[in-house]
Amino acid sequence: MKPAAFDYARPADWPAALALLAGGARPMAGGQSLGPMLNLRLAQPERVADLRHLPGYAGVEVQGEAIRIGAGTTHAAIEDGAVPGRLGAILAGVARRIAYRPVRNRGTIGGSLAHADPAADWVAVLPAFPGHAVALGPYGERRIPLARFVTGVFETALAPGELLRAIELPVLPETARWSHWKFCRKPGEFSKATACLLALPDAPPRLVLAALDTAPLVIEDATGLDPAALVTSISDPWRRRLALTALRRVLEGAA
Amino acid sequence: MTRRPITLTVNGRAETVLAEPRTHLADLLRGELLLTGTHIGCEHGVCGACTVEVDGAPARSCILHAGACEGSGIRTIEGFDADPVMAALREAFSAEHALQCGYCTPGMLVTARDIVLRLPEADEARVREELAGNLCRCTGYRGIVHAILRVLAERRAT
Ligand SMILES: Cc1cc2nc3c(=O)[nH]c(=O)nc-3n(C[C@H](O)[C@H](O)[C@H](O)COP(=O)(O)OP(=O)(O)OC[C@H]3O[C@@H](n4cnc5c(N)ncnc54)[C@H](O)[C@@H]3O)c2cc1C
Ligand code: FES
Ligand code: FES
Repeated sequence: MKPAAFDYARPADWPAALALLAGGARPMAGGQSLGPMLNLRLAQPERVADLRHLPGYAGVEVQGEAIRIGAGTTHAAIEDGAVPGRLGAILAGVARRIAYRPVRNRGTIGGSLAHADPAADWVAVLPAFPGHAVALGPYGERRIPLARFVTGVFETALAPGELLRAIELPVLPETARWSHWKFCRKPGEFSKATACLLALPDAPPRLVLAALDTAPLVIEDATGLDPAALVTSISDPWRRRLALTALRRVLEGAA
Repeated sequence: MTRRPITLTVNGRAETVLAEPRTHLADLLRGELLLTGTHIGCEHGVCGACTVEVDGAPARSCILHAGACEGSGIRTIEGFDADPVMAALREAFSAEHALQCGYCTPGMLVTARDIVLRLPEADEARVREELAGNLCRCTGYRGIVHAILRVLAERRAT
């Protein structure tokens, strides 16, 4: 349970971080997924580039109608209200149920999304929002819709050499309706089935079904949705029933 | 990879230790600084035995590696002798039989202190939820939950 040898670098600015990445270094945010992977030798990078000390990596900024959450913002900061308004209240409720407080103190929203574990909470929840992941590469920033960011199991739309820089989400009206259900047998465990639904006034309800053995399923208009039809491709009967229950609960919860 | 000097503050004392970047903080504390109060269970973040305070907040020392600790302030169970909240918790743990073998106790106390300070209004359900990240194989948690509730009640009464 000891990692293979690796070198450690702490870039002082973003160009230095991108240069390390170009040289093959593995980015590390909170280390709450990478740390266990190193210990278990599932990851054996030659060099780790620690992003935590980069300027502006953590923190939340309101920019007109959008809220920009630095990728390095911890789950604990979001749990404690770093994001303002209705959106912040929704995200705080999600954050509180990720892992355990000592893990949330270091684990970050960006690290979690970039890791793209299909059972992870931000992976399941963020595609419900009409927002973007902001990627940073040598050319500058590029925006990827959250509904298309996670492309598979541990796979994302980030290109080699790119870092996840921030998440941009819309300011939500107080009337936004939100419904979220996840199943785990013990608090802090990875989810076995998650669904969530966001209904904004004058827009079709958006629904996500996640914790599958694929990328999350994003339904941009869940009006009149038949939950049973959505789960037919899940082969394991127990997981299929759980997914169906998740869908029914969020649809009832949002009604 | 060669060992390199890592400078950090441990229990208020500045320390410089030689370590490989891959050495995790729990091994660094136990092996280099002989602070064996920090226990190691699973080494992948799940059991909570290794929980210490890093820059003022509880963290798993088994998945935090030496390089990343450079410049950090660490507080281990040995660093809480003069802390009034920890003193109250120690007494309550003893009175409520909140430990048997004691393996989980250092991590449990760091988490307990965080609950007491961060969630002064916590009820039993919340205390149990917050303890989900610290495994105890001996006590069945009842004594631990009661000990934390006792300290919370004492603090609310004063
Ligand atoms: C005991 C335990 C229980 C957990 N339970 C849950 C749970 O219930 N739900 C849940 O959602 N999560 C859970 N987690 C995972 C936790 O939320 C992690 O914080 C998260 O998955 C990773 O975030 P991080 O900041 O620690 O990223 P890291 O571990 O540092 O990195 C994760 C991966 O993303 C890459 N990466 C990191 N940052 C960037 C970036 N900016 N750009 C590009 N790539 C990047 C890294 O190279 C690495 O591959 C648990 C973890 C532990 C240890
Ligand atoms: S040894 Fe660190 S959490 Fe188990
Ligand atoms: S007292 Fe033995 S593990 Fe908790």
